[in-house]
Amino acid sequence: MNATASGWETVIGLEIHAQLATRSKIFSGAATAYGAPPNAQASLVDLGYPGVLPVLNREAVRMAVRFGLAIGARIARQSVFARKNYFYPDLPKGYQISQYELPIVAQGALDVVLDDGSIKRVGITRAHLEEDAGKSLHEGLGAFTGVDLNRAGTPLIEIVSEPDMRSAKEAVAYMKKVHTLVRYLEICDGNMQEGSFRCDANVSVRPKGSDRLGTRAEIKNINSFRYVEKAIQYEVARQIELIESGGKVVQETRLYDPDKGETRSMRTKEEANDYRYFPDPDLLPLALDEAFIEEVRAGLPELPDEKAARFSSQYGLSAYDAGVLTASRELADYYEEVVRAVPREPKLAANWVMGELAAALNKENLEVGSGRMPAARLASLLARIADQTISGKIAKEVFEAMWAGGESADVIIESKGLKQITDTGAIERAIEEVMAKNPGQLADYRAGKDKLFGFFVGQVMKATQGKANPAQLNELLRKKLPG
Amino acid sequence: MALTRAQIESIAQLARLELEPAEIPVYQESLSRIIDLVGELDRADTAGVTPMAHPLPGLRQRLRADEVTEQDRHELYQANAPQVAAGLYLVPKVIE
Amino acid sequence: MVHRNSLTELAAGLRAKTFSSVELVRAFLQRIEAAQPVLNAFISITAEQALAAAAAADRELAAGRGGPLAGVPIAHKDLFCTAGVRTTCGSRMLDNFVSPYDATVVAKLKAAGAINLGKLNMDEFAMGSSNETSWFGPVRNPWNTDFVPGGSSGGSAAAVAARLIPAATATDTGGSIRQPAALCGITGIKPTYGRVSRYGMIAFASSLDQGGVLTTSAADAALMLREMAGFDANDSTSVDAPVPDYVAELDAPLAGVRIGLIKEFVDEGLDRENELRIRDALKVLERLGASLREVSLPNLPRSVPVYYVVAPAECSSNLARYDGVRFGHRCQEPRDLQDLYRRSRGEGFGAEVKRRVMTGTYVLSAGYYDAYYLKAQRVRQLIAADFKRAFGEVDVLVGPTSPTAAFRLGAKTADPITMYLNDIYTIGANLAGLPALSVPCGFVGDLPVGLQVVGPHFAEGRILNVAHRYQRETDWHRRSPERFA
Repeated sequence: MNATASGWETVIGLEIHAQLATRSKIFSGAATAYGAPPNAQASLVDLGYPGVLPVLNREAVRMAVRFGLAIGARIARQSVFARKNYFYPDLPKGYQISQYELPIVAQGALDVVLDDGSIKRVGITRAHLEEDAGKSLHEGLGAFTGVDLNRAGTPLIEIVSEPDMRSAKEAVAYMKKVHTLVRYLEICDGNMQEGSFRCDANVSVRPKGSDRLGTRAEIKNINSFRYVEKAIQYEVARQIELIESGGKVVQETRLYDPDKGETRSMRTKEEANDYRYFPDPDLLPLALDEAFIEEVRAGLPELPDEKAARFSSQYGLSAYDAGVLTASRELADYYEEVVRAVPREPKLAANWVMGELAAALNKENLEVGSGRMPAARLASLLARIADQTISGKIAKEVFEAMWAGGESADVIIESKGLKQITDTGAIERAIEEVMAKNPGQLADYRAGKDKLFGFFVGQVMKATQGKANPAQLNELLRKKLPG
Repeated sequence: MALTRAQIESIAQLARLELEPAEIPVYQESLSRIIDLVGELDRADTAGVTPMAHPLPGLRQRLRADEVTEQDRHELYQANAPQVAAGLYLVPKVIE
Repeated sequence: MVHRNSLTELAAGLRAKTFSSVELVRAFLQRIEAAQPVLNAFISITAEQALAAAAAADRELAAGRGGPLAGVPIAHKDLFCTAGVRTTCGSRMLDNFVSPYDATVVAKLKAAGAINLGKLNMDEFAMGSSNETSWFGPVRNPWNTDFVPGGSSGGSAAAVAARLIPAATATDTGGSIRQPAALCGITGIKPTYGRVSRYGMIAFASSLDQGGVLTTSAADAALMLREMAGFDANDSTSVDAPVPDYVAELDAPLAGVRIGLIKEFVDEGLDRENELRIRDALKVLERLGASLREVSLPNLPRSVPVYYVVAPAECSSNLARYDGVRFGHRCQEPRDLQDLYRRSRGEGFGAEVKRRVMTGTYVLSAGYYDAYYLKAQRVRQLIAADFKRAFGEVDVLVGPTSPTAAFRLGAKTADPITMYLNDIYTIGANLAGLPALSVPCGFVGDLPVGLQVVGPHFAEGRILNVAHRYQRETDWHRRSPERFA
């Protein structure tokens, strides 16, 4: 159902939890590495043992400040940790240490490029530090649930957006932007399968033109861009249908079921949602001075928007292409390494990185940083296109061979004899042969069937195993065909 | 201020405390008296006074270096656990 | 008769080879075993480990090594985690809990050479003023075993008063060191908040709890505190400041020291006989050259209501970890998760603990947080300001520790409020984080009375000095119950 067409407006806010890529936990010295055997990385502090106390990880603070600066937010010079009290097996202390009234980051924004190229500014209300809970495993243990506290105490930054998004697509675009940003900043690896980047969506609808917010439902723990989009779309439709048939939206927590493609009300783990927040007496107020903040600011990398703008102006790329190439720091760095080797061919490099290379990587589920096709090696191939040794078309063949066998462009061109034919005489001879073999088409062409030009191009290419220089071929055909 | 039975039950549930039905009136009485006692604070003039979260006001949170200092000691730590299997703490199955 | 020696004398005697640590430990263990059915001061007695540690200490001493407390027997309140040893907090909830680690205080005293003889009885989770809420049964006052020793560190106080050990660690959240010291006729000190590490000290109310010591004199307290105090990186609320040598500061003369008697503490609640003992003690201090005046701390009478909002609030959260999942008591055959929580906690916690957890849950709950919790923390600020102002006029504050001497077992258990009012004079120092101690200053009948001395932040040396000079002039602190002489 098209919400807008039916007179309804969708209002969406996202809460994103990103695990910070510190070595140790936010309040203890246990490791945070993914995949350890159950409870091997749960220290006494993480287990909430009697008598233990939390001590704050400096790097987690630095990473939160990095994020705040990158979204142009105000960094709180004093922030406070608060306890969020509730009972659940994966919450060992019976409370989560979080931040409530005074978060470390307040009021920022991100500019998001939408599908139609327009830019939407999404406000970010706040971002705060908190600790992650452990994991409950409900399958395979019979009448029991098993609790693994390795994840308990991993630092999280919770990023709360304003309810500024008006469609599922806008929400996904924002989520992707945050995802790119946290990886750029090297504060989060963004691995959604491993749970390092999670999203809750607050969704409500209201009649178009209304400025009051409708009752919202919270869809929790969605771990892919696709699911976010589908979950929101389903939820919007559900709410509209509910209201139009006389019902009322209940403020509740819902889960998205990807197999059924629907959201379901959660049997709540926090029935009485009274978290009884109060400042954690085991932690003192966090004070950040100007020196600390400036040090973090000085260490900020070039941010995605800045880099994309620079790519556009420096390399003459379209905004779209610049956006694609700066989607990740690895990709952007790779592209620039290629261009450094073939500095006069930024557009050629862009086409190849976004085209052939991307396709080959995707097919084998590889990242650009995997080393499968080092930048220097791709650049050497592009150099041979640039210097006319081979045509663009032949280059694709060479690329395939390079990808499969790992040899250099030159070796493959040589061994397969793929050098472009640029000798005018040779091309003319090939043209004359083709003209002689195809008198009928020649006559038709000369009679006015211009379309047959392509036929002759094809035939000469075939005769020369694709090696005729296309530009020269074109020029010579135009001279010779008319007769 | 007298707390009702329903309030006691609701507080006990928030705190996950099983109370015998016969105990509830007892807690009702004692908690009501305690709330009366602390209700005296109403009369204090605290306009413009900040709440004191920590007794030593000027102190600020210390930061520790991001280093792994803990090893896998789960066998020792789980010696106290009521029920463990394959390194996991077990509780009655939770359905979400 | 080694038990008649003070901690300081025992430490010196060990170094002088007057006796060995093994001899001492044997002697004290014998006294402990004999007294146990009468006083019930101990929950666990670690005889084997103590003798092994004593033998090791003797080897160190023979080689001319060993820390300041090498070979000296002590014991720990059962709220301090002791590695490999049962740590119960006086509760059924932790009846079977063996701690995998040492509290920082325990480790420091071990490093100083002290020998731990066992874990001392206490009010459950440190909640109480009479040691009647322990799962392991009440502790009795060695001066009269029909009477309470005070609480929550009742076991620590009774054991020291009966000379079963020369010193015991303890904790004080609303008076739990000072009040038992007063009721048992011994010396007890609660240091400045943040002076002693809380790591491994099982939490009751985090912004109020402090670890301290019960012993028979200010000199002994100075020695113990010097070894216990200090910055701990594992405790974010631990203060990074050097620890003075409290022993070296003990003998400074009191001439010119300004002493303030807290006006609001001499009220109708103070037993008349107790008041007379206090006034006698103050005369001694004046004879020693101190000047005495009255100071008013008008917000101080609100200490008890403030405390009974803040402490329960913090404890309701601190005790949420006791859920039957990773350690501690678990109910039999839980039907489901909620049943597991409710029955494990319902069975594991006693009535007073449940009362305070529920009070705390209530005052933090939606709609009540501002009216109760924030309000209490604001009044707390006013109380702290009163103290600060007073310390602008005087160097130390004095007054009674407890409104009455010890009372009979069962006398105050019917009404929690009556019990809570025992702490009326001690709570203020916890709210403001100030160092405070109690020294014996006389008797009412055959029951001891305590004098409280409170100082500004980090003035442990000063208040110990005042106490020590008082003890040089008097001998109340040398008295011990005849039965345990």
